[in-house]
Amino acid sequence: MSEQKLNAGRRKALKTLSALSATGLLGSFVPGAWASAKKVKMGFIYVGPRDDYGYNQAHFEGKSSLSNLDWVKTFDEENVPETIEVVKSMESMINLDDAQVLFPTSFGYFDPHILKVAKKYPDVMFLHCGGLWDEKKHPKNVGSYFGYIDEPVYLAGVVAGHMSKSGKLGYIAAIPIPQVLRNINSFTLGARSVNPDITTNVVFTGGWANPVKEAEAANSMADQGIDVLTCHVDSPKVVVQTAEKRGIYSCGYHTDQSVLAPKGFLTGAEWNWSKVYADYAEMIKSGKKIPNLIRGGLKEGVVKPSPYGKAVTAKAKSDADAVLKKFMNGSMVVYKGPIKDNTGKTVIPEGKAYTQTDIWLESMDWLVEGVIGTTKG
Amino acid sequence: MVEADPGYAGVLIAVLGGAIRVGTPFLFVSLGECLTEKSGRINLGLEANLIMGAMSGYGVAYLSGSAWLGVLVAGLTGVVLGLIHALLCQQDKVNDIAVGIAMMLFGTGLAFYLGKPFIQPVAPRLPSIELGAWSDSPVLRAALEINALFVVGVILAPLMAWFFRYARWGLLVRTVGESRDAALAMGINVNRVRLYATMGGGFLAGVGGSFLSLYYPGSWNEGLSSGQGLMAVALVIFARWNPVYCLYASLLFGGAAALGPALQSVGITWGYYLFNAAPYVLTLGIMIATSSRKQRFAGMPGEMSNI
Repeated sequence: MSEQKLNAGRRKALKTLSALSATGLLGSFVPGAWASAKKVKMGFIYVGPRDDYGYNQAHFEGKSSLSNLDWVKTFDEENVPETIEVVKSMESMINLDDAQVLFPTSFGYFDPHILKVAKKYPDVMFLHCGGLWDEKKHPKNVGSYFGYIDEPVYLAGVVAGHMSKSGKLGYIAAIPIPQVLRNINSFTLGARSVNPDITTNVVFTGGWANPVKEAEAANSMADQGIDVLTCHVDSPKVVVQTAEKRGIYSCGYHTDQSVLAPKGFLTGAEWNWSKVYADYAEMIKSGKKIPNLIRGGLKEGVVKPSPYGKAVTAKAKSDADAVLKKFMNGSMVVYKGPIKDNTGKTVIPEGKAYTQTDIWLESMDWLVEGVIGTTKG
Repeated sequence: MVEADPGYAGVLIAVLGGAIRVGTPFLFVSLGECLTEKSGRINLGLEANLIMGAMSGYGVAYLSGSAWLGVLVAGLTGVVLGLIHALLCQQDKVNDIAVGIAMMLFGTGLAFYLGKPFIQPVAPRLPSIELGAWSDSPVLRAALEINALFVVGVILAPLMAWFFRYARWGLLVRTVGESRDAALAMGINVNRVRLYATMGGGFLAGVGGSFLSLYYPGSWNEGLSSGQGLMAVALVIFARWNPVYCLYASLLFGGAAALGPALQSVGITWGYYLFNAAPYVLTLGIMIATSSRKQRFAGMPGEMSNI
C-alpha cells in the first residue's frame, strides 16, 4: 500500500517535472491550442472478462462503440477485483494515461475505493455504474449512472408469464441488493400481470460469478417443474445454456444471449451503454458540466429488450409490445399500489404510485407477493 | 411419486444428482493428488491443472469438434504442468509447497490469457449416459444422467487402491513416499518415481478440468474453478490418502455444494448463506473431528511430514 502510494507520487512528480520542462522549452506554446488538440480520455474498469456474455461485455461493447469517434481515446482493464487492486488501476489510468474520466463499472468499487481515490484527484471525474452516489455524503467529482433495466425485465416477465405452462418461474440471483431485488420484483409483476397465480422462485448463489452453483440452481429449479429461468449474475451464459439443455425456456440479461439457446430463448433485458458513453464523451468535449446522476430507461435508450426468440407466441409478443409502447410514451408505472410483499404486508398502498425515477425504489429491500424467497439469509 | 411431493424428495434427488455432477472434478483432482502425495510429494498446483485442463479441453473440443479429444488434451496439459512441477521440486532445497503455489498462479494466469478467445464460442459437450431411463420421473432421470468420466472415476478409485496395495509399481510409489532413504537403499530412483507420480496426478487433474468445461457446467469462463482444485487437495487429507475414501469424500462435497441451491429452489429460503457455505463448513468440521494431538494422520505417507 505504502509502496503503491510512493509509486503514484513518484509518477506524479515525474509528470510535473516533464510538463515543466516542456513549457520551459516551448515558452511560446499556446495552452489553448494544446487543449483543443487533446483528446477526450476515458478509462474503463471491469470486474470480469470483457467477453463474458454478461455485465462486463455490455460495458465493453459500450466502450468499443466509442472507437468511431476519433476525438475520444479509451483504455480499459478487465478482471480487476473489488479490492485495493482497483485503486491501483484507477491511479495508473490517471497518472500514466491522463484519464479525465473513469468508469469503474462494478458495484463494489464504489465504497471505499472510488471515494478514496476521488478525494486525491479532484480534477478527475469518477462515474460509477450503480445507484450509490449521494449528494450529501460523496465528493462532487463522483457520480453515478444507471439504467432502469427492470423495465425490459418487466417485459421479459410478461413474455415469461405467457409462455410458462407450470406457472412457476425461476430467478437465479447473486446477492440480495436493491437492484437485484427490483429486477426480481419487476419480473414477477410482469408475469403476474398476465397470470396472477404465477410464482417466482429465487435462488441466491452468494456471488456474482459462480458457474457451478448457477448450474446447480438451474438444474434444481428444472427438477421442481420451473419452466422459465432468468438470472441476475455477471454472466448468464451457464444459466441460459443449462435451461436449454433441460428443455425449458430462458430469459437473458445484460446482453443478447439468444445464440446460446436457439430453442428456448424468449427475450431478455440488455444495457445500451454505447449511447450513455457517447453522451458523456460529447459532454466532456463541449466542456459541459457533467451531471452527478444520470438515469434512463427504455424511453431514454439506456436499456433495451432482446429480440424475441423463436418460441415466443404471437399473443405474448403483442402483449409485450403493448407494454413496451406504454414504457416508450412514459405512461407505464411498474410500482403502482396496491402492492403487497411476500410476507403479506402492504408496501405500496392503493392509489400510491412510484415512478421509475423515484429514489425510494433504489432502496428496495422487499420481495413482491408471488416471489418465493427471502432477502435475509 | 416424486412428482406428487417434489419438496424434500426433490432436495434429496438434487443432492444426489449434485454429488455426481459437482463431485466428479473433485474426484479426479483428489485421485491425482492422492497419487502424487503417495510418492511423498505435495502438489498444490493442481488448481492450475484443473483450470488449464478446463481451458485447453474446451479450446481443443471447440477447434476439433471432438469433446473426447478435448479430454485427452486436457490430461496432457496436466502432464506437462506436472512435469514442470516435478522438475522444479527435485532440485536441491526446493520447497514443494512454494513451487505448488507458483505453479498455481502461473497456470491460472496462462489459462486466462490463452482462454480469451474461447469464452464466447460454444464447444461440443461430452455425452451423458442415461442411468435413469427406467424411471418415469423426469427429475430422477435428470439426476441420474451420468457422464462417462464419472464412471471412469468410480472404477479408477478402487483400482488405484488395489494398485497401491498389490501392484509392483504401486508399492514402489509407496516406498518412495514412506521413506526416501529406504527407497534409495533399495536402489530405487526416487526422483524418477516422483516424476511419474506427479505427471500421472497432473493428468488426472487435467481430465477433471475438462469435465468442468465440457460437461458440467459445460462452458469455459474464468470463474469456472473458483478454488475447487484447492479444495480437492484438502479432500485427500481427510480421505486419509485412500483412493476409495477420496471417492466418498468427493461425493459428499458435491452433495454439500448442491444443498444450498436445492433447498432454495424448493422454497426453503432461510439460511442460504449458511447452506451455500456447506462444503467449507463440512471441511472444517471433519478436520476438527478427525484431528488428533497424539499422532500424525493415519495413512499419511512418511515423507510428507518432512515437507
